[in-house]
Amino acid sequence: MKLLGDDEISEDGEFIINMGPQHPSTHGVLHLKIWLNGETIIKVQPNLGYIHRSIEKMSESLSYRNFIFATSRMDYLSAHINNLACALTVEQGLEVEIPERAQVIRIILSELTRLASHQLWWGSTGLDLGAVSPFFYGMRERESILEIMEETCGARLTMNFMVPGGIMADIHPDFQRKTKAILSQIKTNIKEYDDLLTGNVIFEERTKGVGIISKEDAISFGMSGPCARASGVSCDIRKWFPYSGYEKVQFEEILETSGDCYGRYMVRMREMLQSVSIIEQLIDNIPEGEIQAKTKNVIKLPKGEFYQKVETARGELGVYLVSDGAASPYRIKYRSPNFSNLFALPQMSKGAKIGDLVAIMSTLDLIIPDIDR
Amino acid sequence: MFIKEYFSTIYRSIKSLLTGMKLTGYYFTHLNKIKTEEYPDNRATLKMADRFRGEVVMPHNENNEHRCTGCQACEIACPNGTIKIITKQEILADGKKKKRIDSFIYHHDLCTLCNLCIVACPSDAIVMAQTFEHAVYDKKLLKKILNNPDSKIMEGVE
Amino acid sequence: MNHTILAISLSSIANSMHQSLQALLGDGFALTATEMLIQGLSLIVFLVILCFYLGWMERRVAAFMQIRLGPNRVGPQGTLQIIADTIKLLLKEGLTPNSSDKFLFNLAPMIMVITSFLVVAPLAFSKDFQLWDINIGILYVSAVSSISVIGILMAGWSSNNKYSLLGAMRSGAQLVSYELSIGLSLISIVILTGSLQMSDIINSQSNGWWLFKGHIPVIISFVIFIIASTAEINRAPFDLAEAEQELTAGFHTEYSGMKFAMFLLSEYINLFIASAIAATIFLGGWMPLHLGNFEAFNHVMDFIPGFVWFMGKTMFIIFIIMWFRWTFPRLRVDQLLNLEWKYLLPISMINTIFITIIAIYGWHF
Ligand code: SF4
Ligand code: SF4
Repeated sequence: MKLLGDDEISEDGEFIINMGPQHPSTHGVLHLKIWLNGETIIKVQPNLGYIHRSIEKMSESLSYRNFIFATSRMDYLSAHINNLACALTVEQGLEVEIPERAQVIRIILSELTRLASHQLWWGSTGLDLGAVSPFFYGMRERESILEIMEETCGARLTMNFMVPGGIMADIHPDFQRKTKAILSQIKTNIKEYDDLLTGNVIFEERTKGVGIISKEDAISFGMSGPCARASGVSCDIRKWFPYSGYEKVQFEEILETSGDCYGRYMVRMREMLQSVSIIEQLIDNIPEGEIQAKTKNVIKLPKGEFYQKVETARGELGVYLVSDGAASPYRIKYRSPNFSNLFALPQMSKGAKIGDLVAIMSTLDLIIPDIDR
Repeated sequence: MFIKEYFSTIYRSIKSLLTGMKLTGYYFTHLNKIKTEEYPDNRATLKMADRFRGEVVMPHNENNEHRCTGCQACEIACPNGTIKIITKQEILADGKKKKRIDSFIYHHDLCTLCNLCIVACPSDAIVMAQTFEHAVYDKKLLKKILNNPDSKIMEGVE
Repeated sequence: MNHTILAISLSSIANSMHQSLQALLGDGFALTATEMLIQGLSLIVFLVILCFYLGWMERRVAAFMQIRLGPNRVGPQGTLQIIADTIKLLLKEGLTPNSSDKFLFNLAPMIMVITSFLVVAPLAFSKDFQLWDINIGILYVSAVSSISVIGILMAGWSSNNKYSLLGAMRSGAQLVSYELSIGLSLISIVILTGSLQMSDIINSQSNGWWLFKGHIPVIISFVIFIIASTAEINRAPFDLAEAEQELTAGFHTEYSGMKFAMFLLSEYINLFIASAIAATIFLGGWMPLHLGNFEAFNHVMDFIPGFVWFMGKTMFIIFIIMWFRWTFPRLRVDQLLNLEWKYLLPISMINTIFITIIAIYGWHF
């Protein structure tokens, strides 16, 4: 089989179109080769590799302090959480006790990241389905979160704020006040989101019963995150394998059973409220104390293998690190959520229309640099 | 019952559509909610967050003195070889030899603004500046030498 | 009636022009030719300027709904932005893909624009100010406007691009089906008026607009007309033919420069026409708003020239259609047809029966 669709019509008389790598519906450089019968999709084949930057290989030549920065560029909407995963992996090897304050701030920042990511996703879902306005409303709230990030971490997207042993700097004096202001804002905004999209009849028609994936399939494709939870797979790492103090906060794991686009949408919408409640529990009780544990200047991990998984905004990110005792990792492997989620796409979109494919892709919430790395 | 369902569908649909239109209509009539920042016009009032990472700079005091000892910790800490420190030997008054920086070369085009060099520096010689309009026509302009010409190390910094 | 108002109305200008030209050229072919030329040119200039304005309006409306400012740099409040854009489009290279059917590819935008211009002919802009008061005005409008589907199909097919072809096919299905609802909505007013002529329809509303006179059935057919004509002119939420997120730009993916501008032009003219027709047949065209026996109020309303009334109503409907566009998600292609065949068509058929009953018994006001 030829990889690129320069053949107009396949042997069976199917119409082949290439969506991407440059196409308005793919949020990045994903190439989908689609076999069509009229408007109905027979087969989808994702082709990857357009944005491969060999982050894993690069990390092998960087020190344990340095390799973290590159992970902000994998799933750039969950930069904090990616950085956290790496920091936690290194800390596993170092066996240091992370100060309470750093842990709490880490959770708050992770949840803020999740909120920002879900808001951007909400906007772009609206955009993908043809409603342009939601994009701007989603961006508006994300913007205020990013302003907080900018004040505390100095960057808006590629924060690199988590360091082995804690966090890079203390929070900005305004951090608590501004975060609290945003939380109440977000609650009213989610109501607006519901008015504009959730209840909208066209939106419901476009998403309900579209791109269904069963619980069994979701598990066998290795899906994770909101996409899997929409099919009823309980897989929230924050609940099952709590890290960084998630065991101390109260929140609900959101589960839906429908497994369709609407289910995935609802999981994320409800997750936003959970994130808000997590931050609300913590924001007033940030313990005083150190923000970094004492670590050596040049970190060396003991020989062995380390694995840490975290829940990013898109699912389970696993960091697998092999150390040979030197100052840089011997091998790093990232198990990225989007990669597994993407490969459920062909299964989901079988028999769907082209318009459905766009809906499915946007509710899978794919971040292409995370797939290729 | 089919008829009843049919009309209730229509009713619900129209209602949901009107709810959406109410929201966009609300924003259409409330122009004070507009969020646009008219960027080049608001240059004078635009203030970046004080921790914003724009570029790495080396502050000098009024006597043209900096704090960099040339220890190269930042060069090692940088993940992508952005910093190159060229050192020279200086003979002090008491005849001892001492390492001093000749030039601190900073490739702004390579920098990922990750802050690691700042954290690594033991003598706080470099900081992040809050500048942000970095576009230039010639890539060479992005290669910067951070220590001023003829600058010296501050007294008391080791 | 108030004669001072009539003295400065558009029709009197047209009449005086006609008389002076008659004096100059005499009755004959030269007169007709000159008048046609003047009419055609002024129509084109009017529509192009109108489309400039609509383009600007659309962008500002969209921006305000999306908590943005929109174009506000070129000219006061950005009103000249669209001229800058036109200059940009004029200066762009008009690409013709190598493997396209070049003749059809270049013909398609022309067809689109020409059909759009043609449909304007029977529109009454003001009292006695109408290019062509043809006695089958409504029929003419719905017949000519359906030619535009050929333009779209031609553009989609000749570009030799798969996305364009899909877009064209979608719009074919869409236009053909929605034509039915539009036709039935138009017919409902035709039944009430008993005439296909635009001027008759407008005059029948001198004592109140059909939207108010015709009870609920006319309101229903008004709503159906707005929905179906939104679909007919390929605007969101029915913009499947260009569905950006699915088909890049649909049938005009391959067009650039001035040829693309022509599609844009025809889109805005169509928007204007659809709204103008809705304004004419449901909201009384250039007829001022009269409220029963409030003489003073009615008198004030009479002072506003008919052209302003007509444009005001049209703009109102245009705004509503823009409002749709910037609020709703897009329908899927099968749902689009579902909406037409399962909801709009049966409802408008039953509605037509009700309207016939109303017309027979004369229950309208
Ligand atoms: S900010 Fe990061 S990339 Fe830039 S010079 Fe410092 S360490 Fe290197
Ligand atoms: S900037 Fe700091 S870390 Fe870098 S050489 Fe100078 S003193 Fe050392």
